[in-house]
Amino acid sequence: MEKHCTESRVKGVSTGTTILAAVFDGGVVIGSDSRASMGEEYVSSKTINKVIQVHDRIFCCIAGSLADAQAITKAAKFHLSFHSVQMESPPRVMAAASVLKDLCYKNREELQAGFITAGWDKKNGPQVYVVALGGMLINQLVTIAGSGSTYIYGYIDAKYKPNMTKEECLQFATNALALAMGRDNVSGGVAHLVVVTEKGVEHVVVPGDKLPKFHDE
Amino acid sequence: FFFFLIFEVFFGVFSFTINSAITINAVLEVEASKVGCSVPAARKTGTTICGVVFKDGVVLGADTRATEGMIVADKNCSKIHYISPNIYCCGAGTAADTEMTTQLISSNLELHSLSTGRLPRVATANRMLKQMLFRYQGYIGAALVLGGVDCNGPHLYSIYPHGSTDKLPYVTMGSGSLAAMAVFEDRYKPDMEEDAAKQLVRDAIAAGIFNDLGSGSNIDLCVITKSKVNYIRPHDEANKKGVRTGDYKYKRGTTGVLTKAVTPIDLELLEESVQTMDTS
Repeated sequence: MEKHCTESRVKGVSTGTTILAAVFDGGVVIGSDSRASMGEEYVSSKTINKVIQVHDRIFCCIAGSLADAQAITKAAKFHLSFHSVQMESPPRVMAAASVLKDLCYKNREELQAGFITAGWDKKNGPQVYVVALGGMLINQLVTIAGSGSTYIYGYIDAKYKPNMTKEECLQFATNALALAMGRDNVSGGVAHLVVVTEKGVEHVVVPGDKLPKFHDE
Repeated sequence: FFFFLIFEVFFGVFSFTINSAITINAVLEVEASKVGCSVPAARKTGTTICGVVFKDGVVLGADTRATEGMIVADKNCSKIHYISPNIYCCGAGTAADTEMTTQLISSNLELHSLSTGRLPRVATANRMLKQMLFRYQGYIGAALVLGGVDCNGPHLYSIYPHGSTDKLPYVTMGSGSLAAMAVFEDRYKPDMEEDAAKQLVRDAIAAGIFNDLGSGSNIDLCVITKSKVNYIRPHDEANKKGVRTGDYKYKRGTTGVLTKAVTPIDLELLEESVQTMDTS
């Protein structure tokens, strides 16, 4: 999504990415690949984690310029912890997404980064928000972003069902990431998945050789 | 109201000071080309730099060539910069930028360390460097390999000019980074001994020196452990200048003399004046 909308060169190290998040019955699954590239030809890191924890039950996936994304998420993390101390309660997922949106929108001329914010809060349960390049904020049940996402729109549209179980949703996310990493050259490495529910947070890392294989591999 | 005050102050956090500088530079370039000269090219370090974490610490390595376009400006420059007694930083990219950036952060880190009363941490240096580079949006061309040992063990970071960082067990940067990374990918193992790590870094830099035009000359190493720092410059003179084996001076009598004619040139003294020097 990001790469096709802007000029073709992303400044500096790009996350060239596949990221996704999906709501299931009782929580959300957030996932990403782990490759950072420079200029479409060089993989500058094979093992970066693009799923960043901005608060206890709120996670954020990054896409676009790695420098911008790291700076924004660090600022957002600080702001959210301050906010939660002020409010004397954990922040809403909408609040986290708004913080990111504000940073992206106010500095939209200079920054080149997009986010998927997902998590669980007491008022609205599991939610997924996408903050796009210029600062758009939209609430969706399932969303994908990054350069690799173009290859799995069909899969997401066909296979996603609301109110899946946790295992179904994890399998769905793993398959989607595997398909995107298989077709996009700037996505790859391992699949990082995080499951957020009321009870807690669970990290699942699927190494490259354990990813599901499809008919032509 | 207080909340909004913090909000306003906080969102000023992204101050892109570089934007005014960009316009000034653009104007200067146009003016210069009108007169017929070009803006001087920044001296770059071309470069291969790398670092590896081993059992007791980190080993940083760098070549020693600085280039100005296609000419070697300095055959033996030092690319491993001091940040603090336990932290060193290799720099690739524009030589002035790496030099000034590392000196600035080194100075700020010393003040910070005096303020906290503790030995500085590598993560602190990393945070300071990335925040500064991000503020300048990539216009400060400094690509750094930051390594050191602190209370939490050995750490190694790579820092890109736009302000993104990676914390990894082995990193390479610079024009020769692909050659050096090939060596690392083949032979890196976690928890190596110091000698094996030094040999690996030496070989990675040598790969950069021999396969990249922008890197050359000698190999410098810096071994940082909990107890001491070993700055080895040069560790390996991979490109020693050869010694001439012959000489073009010929002995008198090599060429036979057939005839000899001597003509004295008489000079007439026209004027003589003496000017005393004022040495008071």
